[in-house]
Amino acid sequence: MDASASVETHHDPHAHIEHEHHELGFWRKYIFSTDHKVIGIQYGLCGMVFLFFGFCLMMLMRWQLAYPGQALPVIGKWLPYIFGPASMPDGKMTPDFYNSLGAMHGTIMIFAGVVPVAFAAFGNFVVPLQIGAPDMTFPKVNAASFWAFAVGGVIMLISFFVPGGAAKSGWTSYTPLAAFADTGPGINPFFNGQTLWLTGFVFLITSSLLGAINFITTIIQLRAKGLTWMRLPFFVWAQFVTAFLLLLAFPPLEAAIIMQWMDRVAHTSFFLPAGLVVNGTPVSISGGGSPLLWQHLFWFLGHPEVYVLILPAFGIVGEILANNSRKPLWGYKSLVFSVLVIGFLSFIVWAHHMWLTGMGSTVSAFFQTTTILISVPSVIILSAFFISLWGGSIRFTVPMLFTTAFLPMFGIGGLTGIPLAFNSADLYLHDTYYVIAHFHYIVAPGTIFGLFAGIYYWFPKATGRKMNDFWGKVHFWPTLICMNVIFLPMFLQGMAGMHRRWYDGGQGWNVANDHTIWGLTGFQWNHPISWAAWIMGLAQIPFIINFFWSIKHGEKVNDNPWEATTLEWTAPSPPPHGNFVHTPVAYRGPYEYSLPGRERDFTMQNEPVEPTERIHRKPPAELVPA
Amino acid sequence: MEIPYTISTRPDTGLWNAKIGIWLFLASEVMLFGGLFSAYIFLRIDAAPGMWPHGLLNVPVGTMNTAILIMSSVTVVLAWASLKMRRYRAYWWYMLATISCGVIFLTVKLAYEWPQKFEHFGAYIKPEALGKYEKYLGNERRAEKGMEPRIEITGHLHSQNAKEYEVALDPVNADPNNPAMDRPRFFPLPVTDKIATIEKEDVERATMFLPTHSAYFASYFTITGLHGMHVLGGVLVFTYMWLPVSKRLYQRNPEHLANRVEVSGLFWHFVDLIWIFVFPLFYLL
Repeated sequence: MDASASVETHHDPHAHIEHEHHELGFWRKYIFSTDHKVIGIQYGLCGMVFLFFGFCLMMLMRWQLAYPGQALPVIGKWLPYIFGPASMPDGKMTPDFYNSLGAMHGTIMIFAGVVPVAFAAFGNFVVPLQIGAPDMTFPKVNAASFWAFAVGGVIMLISFFVPGGAAKSGWTSYTPLAAFADTGPGINPFFNGQTLWLTGFVFLITSSLLGAINFITTIIQLRAKGLTWMRLPFFVWAQFVTAFLLLLAFPPLEAAIIMQWMDRVAHTSFFLPAGLVVNGTPVSISGGGSPLLWQHLFWFLGHPEVYVLILPAFGIVGEILANNSRKPLWGYKSLVFSVLVIGFLSFIVWAHHMWLTGMGSTVSAFFQTTTILISVPSVIILSAFFISLWGGSIRFTVPMLFTTAFLPMFGIGGLTGIPLAFNSADLYLHDTYYVIAHFHYIVAPGTIFGLFAGIYYWFPKATGRKMNDFWGKVHFWPTLICMNVIFLPMFLQGMAGMHRRWYDGGQGWNVANDHTIWGLTGFQWNHPISWAAWIMGLAQIPFIINFFWSIKHGEKVNDNPWEATTLEWTAPSPPPHGNFVHTPVAYRGPYEYSLPGRERDFTMQNEPVEPTERIHRKPPAELVPA
Repeated sequence: MEIPYTISTRPDTGLWNAKIGIWLFLASEVMLFGGLFSAYIFLRIDAAPGMWPHGLLNVPVGTMNTAILIMSSVTVVLAWASLKMRRYRAYWWYMLATISCGVIFLTVKLAYEWPQKFEHFGAYIKPEALGKYEKYLGNERRAEKGMEPRIEITGHLHSQNAKEYEVALDPVNADPNNPAMDRPRFFPLPVTDKIATIEKEDVERATMFLPTHSAYFASYFTITGLHGMHVLGGVLVFTYMWLPVSKRLYQRNPEHLANRVEVSGLFWHFVDLIWIFVFPLFYLL
């Protein structure tokens, strides 16, 4: 395995595999595995379950928003048996339960759903294969990362079933609201919604931290011979930067979480000013804390987190675009540097979430400038993706459908963010449905379409079988239409002034009822939105069935069904423990599609450079086989 | 299957895996403690006059603990160097010294410093009653000198009833106009035998020196507590490397054990470095 020795002679793969082929038991192989592929799949399955659970929370909220105060038919009378009698008495949602659903929807979707799937699942499964590594550098740490995530996720779920219900102060848990939520008689100081939210978070952060260290080290150390930095697939670059964001942005939030935990459990005053009055009685605390401190520490994570959600999706989209347009990804170097610049800038834009706190014009000017600056690399990336389509012979496979849909959807999400970057415009739009629509366009039809694309794309590598095309399309089209019916009207509602945290969907607000937008009042728009959300829930059924059915019964395919170029497709499907039969060597860049003068329209990274090519390119001498 | 570069270095990066891993981990730790220290700065700048206490910690004990940690940083390097020279016996002794330093540090912290604080009492006087306790506070002189007012009376809680506290005063409240009391002292003076009676209705808030006492003690206990957990983690890892189980690793592959000591030593230096920040911020400034 020493890169300085000749790989072909030094390495005897068959002997190696024989040697390693002692059967592990079921538990070691599938549950407490240290194999990056198994861990990736574990992350993926758990993350998808959390995504669906978070979506279910939202589907419940959509009932209350469209039909406030009415009893939820059919399942309404059963929910109190699950979430406790105070959640939905007679099928009618209480305000507290609505707040819990909102806070936990955000938390679960972001931290227990998208991050585990986009970063941990795809990163774990794909990155070592793409860089030609046998595994991650620290397999045991990798397993620890998954189990920390599992514990954190379970704590988040348990918090629904403690007295008082799950956390209800928004996914941002602003203090002092969050410091006094879920306290009082009959509520355990440790096992209550908000404290469990904090405790669960510590585990989720630990998990991300361990994962991030592992990813960066793996990408630096275990790249195959010849796989130089500028030959890395774009997906690997995206994961590399994402890992840095997680590594450096999460710890300040962990510090904040520890302090809020102390505020709640040890009754300190990190985030609590003196003179607070709760329910009419002055609180006996030392005071001297600052609610703004929480907001700064929270958004110091919160903004890089946005890029943690989107960068892996960029990576997936880049891979699939090049593969299905059958031409090299346009502007590979610009893409790489854009991702690096985004990574850096994302650390200095956080206070644009805090325009309403009155930071003063100097600070605002700084953060407005950086926020607009960060749109430059984002636009470069999206433009490069669009140009990649130009003149390609596009194959509209199911992954490609999701990828092409990603581009305009992310575009809408990104462009509608620009008014929010300016504090004068944001003063009006802040905390309205406009904001909800903006960031959901980025993470729902944006990131989640990227994730679906990735699942359809790498499924054959994980199982040796393809997911069904027809049912993939049945999944895609309703999902695309519903996404837009859900989120487009929210821009209108938001611009009409509807507040994002209203429990009654705007029913009690005159402006929402008097003014019509395209024939419906602001409140009435909740009906098509909610119905679209529920139909979109149904539209996921083909995907779920297709996914599980295809594991055993899908069409059998070879190791490289998409005729792709990157190294993961040189491994058997599914790859064995240790991944590659022959340790791969990279001789060329990641997207050598449609090379002139070749029989096939793709040239894999491990195909040696032929003498005829040498006129055009000069690879490092030691990489040209004798 | 074997992961490459666990022990030997990768030629183009010049590093083995765990060395990159530990540096990345330390980078994240910098951000974690950076978050806490920036909270400290934020709270201290925001503190109302008189609300940020000074000179309540035992400086000589803190200095001793600082010296102990620095010493352990030296011994862990010597332990690593001994392994590199393949002197297991010397390694064993240096490692034992490192572990002992860590244990002494924790013992001093948890069995002496913290409990001493838990027994100390402080009562914040209401603004309108400050004049009544002028003989314990000396605010007239402080105002003349342009110093922050004293709003808290500290000492040992002697006894209390429904109406009042009886406090054996700290020297600073027993003799508030003495210029020697203007600045914290290196060697703390013991609690005096002078008893003050403080009426409960004059008291804004009275607590022991617990995290609830003030933003100062909240950050003190949180940051030193988290630092203490790091010390404990280091001690546990070192103990594992000191036990016979690691001797077997040494006999199989001494370089592997040396690498392990090197990365955990880097962590240990970091924990030491954090203390180098904690000590002046809480004890001296």
